[in-house]
Amino acid sequence: MASSSSPAHADSHPAHLQHHFVSSEQQFDAAKMGMWLFLVTEILLFAGMFVAYTVYRVWYPEVFVQSSTLLNPWLGGLNTLVLLGSSFTVALSIHFIQNDNRKGLIINLALTMAAAIAFLVVKYFEYTHKFHLGVFPGEHYSYSEVAGPYVAQFFSIYYIMTGIHGLHVIIGIGLFIWLTVRATKGHFSSAWYTPVELVGLYWHIVDIIWIFLFPLLYLI
Amino acid sequence: MSATTLTTRDATPPPVHYLNHDKSLKSWLLTLDHKRIGLMYLVTVATAFMVAGVLAMLVRYELINPGMDIMTAETYNKVFSMHGIMMVFLFIIPSIPAVMGNFVLPMHLGAKDVAFPRLNLASYYIFVAGGLLVVGALIVGNVDAGWTFYTPYSSRSSDSVLFMTMAVFVAGFSSILTGLNFIVTVHKMRAPGLTWNRLPLFVWGIYATSIVQVLATPVIGITMVLLFFERLLGIGIFDPALGGDPVLFQHFFWFYSHPAVYIMILPAFGIISELIAVFSRHPIHGYRFVALSSVAIAFLGFLVWGHHMFVSGQSAISAVIFSLITYLIGIPTGVKMFNWVATMYRGSIWLQTPMLYALSFLFLFAIGGFTGIALGVLALDVHLHDTYFVVGHFHYVMMGGTVIAALGGLHYWWPKITGKMYNEMLGKIAAALIFVGFNITFFTQLVLGTQGMPRRYYDYLPRFETMHEVSTYGSWILGAGLFIVLFYLLASLFRGRTASSNPWGAATLEWTHATSPPDPHNFHQTPIVSRGPYDFHLLSEEFGDGHATQEIADTRETQPG
Repeated sequence: MASSSSPAHADSHPAHLQHHFVSSEQQFDAAKMGMWLFLVTEILLFAGMFVAYTVYRVWYPEVFVQSSTLLNPWLGGLNTLVLLGSSFTVALSIHFIQNDNRKGLIINLALTMAAAIAFLVVKYFEYTHKFHLGVFPGEHYSYSEVAGPYVAQFFSIYYIMTGIHGLHVIIGIGLFIWLTVRATKGHFSSAWYTPVELVGLYWHIVDIIWIFLFPLLYLI
Repeated sequence: MSATTLTTRDATPPPVHYLNHDKSLKSWLLTLDHKRIGLMYLVTVATAFMVAGVLAMLVRYELINPGMDIMTAETYNKVFSMHGIMMVFLFIIPSIPAVMGNFVLPMHLGAKDVAFPRLNLASYYIFVAGGLLVVGALIVGNVDAGWTFYTPYSSRSSDSVLFMTMAVFVAGFSSILTGLNFIVTVHKMRAPGLTWNRLPLFVWGIYATSIVQVLATPVIGITMVLLFFERLLGIGIFDPALGGDPVLFQHFFWFYSHPAVYIMILPAFGIISELIAVFSRHPIHGYRFVALSSVAIAFLGFLVWGHHMFVSGQSAISAVIFSLITYLIGIPTGVKMFNWVATMYRGSIWLQTPMLYALSFLFLFAIGGFTGIALGVLALDVHLHDTYFVVGHFHYVMMGGTVIAALGGLHYWWPKITGKMYNEMLGKIAAALIFVGFNITFFTQLVLGTQGMPRRYYDYLPRFETMHEVSTYGSWILGAGLFIVLFYLLASLFRGRTASSNPWGAATLEWTHATSPPDPHNFHQTPIVSRGPYDFHLLSEEFGDGHATQEIADTRETQPG
C-alpha cells in the first residue's frame, strides 16, 4: 500500500490526493483495481485471437506444424529471455522506489525500456526477413517453398497476434518514457508511486502474453 | 439521518449549483464533474436517438406498400443499416449507463465523483469520436451490411465497412472504460454505512452491466480488428473464398452481442426497480433476489450466444444446449417481474409519469420476454428465424424495455438534473401515445413474422400489405409521442416550475441529501448511511407523512406547469 506506510502524509492531504477521495489508501486501492480490470480486458482481447488460433489449429494441425518451421525459435527464445529480464527489472524499479531509492528506480526503468526496444529490434529482423521471402498474411502470401491450403491462415494469425502484442510493447515504451521523466523530476517516493506500480502490472501482462505466444507459434 | 438533511428541503433553488458555478464553454468541455459529463452524454445520445428514429420512420414509411415508395432498394439497405447501427451502438448501449449511470451512480453511493473523473471525460470523447466515425461512414458511403456485419458480405461489400468497424471498435473502447470506472466506483467509493445490502437497485443494475461491458466488449473489439484486416489485407480468417470461416465471425459477434443485450437491459431493470419502489411507496419486495438476479442474468448472458445461430449449421447437440441455457435466463428475469408486481401489490401506487413508464415497461417487457422464450425453443426458432417475429421481439425488448425505462428514468431524475418540473399532463399524454403507438407498430410485426414475412426485406407479397400499413400508422403515433416528450422537456427548462429537492419523496441519497440541481460536489457533507434505499417508513417519520405527495399536489393546483 502506498500510503499506509506513512500515516503522517495521509493526515496532511498530500499533493497527489485527488479531491474526490477520502484517503490516499482509497485512491491507491481504486487505481490498482482499475488497472487489474483493464488487464482483464486485455486478456479477453487476446482471447479472441487465441480462439481463432485454436480453431484453425484443430482443423489443420499438420499445416500449422509445417508453417511454424518457418519461424526461428532461437530468435523467439531470445525475445522471451529479453522480456523475462525486463519483467525482473520493472519489479526491481518498484522495489527501489518503495525504499526511496530514486536512482535505482531510474536505472531500472531505463533497463526495462532498453529491453523493450531490443525486443522490437529482433521482431523487426524477423518480420523483414519474412517479407523478403514473400511470407505475407492472407491473400498476399507468395512463398513457394512452404505453400498449400491454409498456410496463409497461419501467418495471418501470426502477424495479427505478434503485431498487436508488438503494439502493446510500443505503448509500454511510451509509458516508461513518461515514468522516467516524472521520476527525474522527483514525483515519486515511497509515499506515492502508484503509476510505477500500475505500469509494472501492465508490463507483466505484456510479458505473460508473449510467454503464451512463443510456444504456440514457434515451438509446437 | 442527521437533522442537517432537512435544510436541503427548501423550495428555492440553491444559488450555486453544478450547472451555474462556472458558465464558460471550457468549463463544460473539460469538466471532470460526473453530472456535467452525464448531461453531455444526454445531449449526444438524444441526438443519435432522434436521427436513428427518423431513419426508422423512413424505413417504416417505405414499407407501407409493396414496391418502391420513397427510396430504392439500395438506399433502403443503407437506411436500415444506419438505423440499426446508430440505435444499438450510439443510443441503446450507452444511453442508461452513460447518461443516468454517470449522473446518478456516484450520488447513489454518496460519493463526490466517480473513481476516475479524467478517464470518465476521456470515455466521453472516445464515444464522440466513435459517433463521428459512424457519421463519416454515413457520408462517404454505403454501409449496407446491417448492424451485424455478417461476413463474407461485409468483407466484400463496400469500403465504408472499414469506417464502421473502426467506429464500433472506438465506441466499444468507450464502453469498456465507462464500465471499468463504474465497477471501481461501486467497490471503492461508497459512503460510510452504505453496505452492499443497502445499495439502491439501480446501482446493482449498473454494476452487473459494467461487468458485462468489461468482459464482453474486448471480444467485439478484436472481432472488428480482424474484420478490418480482413477487408484491408485479405487475411482470410472469416472469408470462405480465402479459406476462412464465416461462422467463426458469428460466434465472435454473438459472444459479445448477446451479452450486449444485457448491457442494454440490465440498467433498465435498475431504473424500473427504483420507479416501482418509489411510486408504490413500498420497499422493493425481495431486495436481495432482485439485486442478485441482475448478476445471475449477467453471468448467464455469456452462455447463450449460440441461440442466434440455430440455423447456421452448428451441431445439433450444441443447439440443444444453447436452447436449454437460454430458457434459464427466464428464471432470474421472472424473479424480477414477480417481485416488481409484488411490490406494487403491497404498496400504494402513485400514478405520476415515471410510474406510467414503469407500468408500460412491465407490460411490454413481458411480451418481449415471452417472445424471447419462444425464439429460444429450437423447433420454433427454425420456423421463426429471420422473420418479422424476431424484429418484433427485439423491439419489444429493446424499445419496449430499454427505451421506455430510459424515458421513465429521465422523467424521474429530470427535476434533480435540471431543477425544473416538466408538465405532468403532457407527460401522461405522451406516455399513453408512446404505449399505444408502440403496440400498434410492433405487435403487428409479431403477427407478420408468424405469417412468414422475412426481416430486412425491401419488398413483400401483397398479402402482408394490411399489416405493414397498420404498423406504419403505429410508428406515426409513436413518433408523435416522442416529439411531445422532447417538446415539454425543453419547454420546462424555460417555463417549468422549480423543483424541490425531493419531489417524489424518494429515500435514496441523491434526493434526501442533495439540492435540485445538486451542488458542484454533490453533497454539502459526506452522507452517513444508516438505512436501506427504500425505507419510506423512516422517511415519513423524518419529513412528516406523505410530505412530498402533498407538496406536489398543492403546487400543481395553483401553478400549472
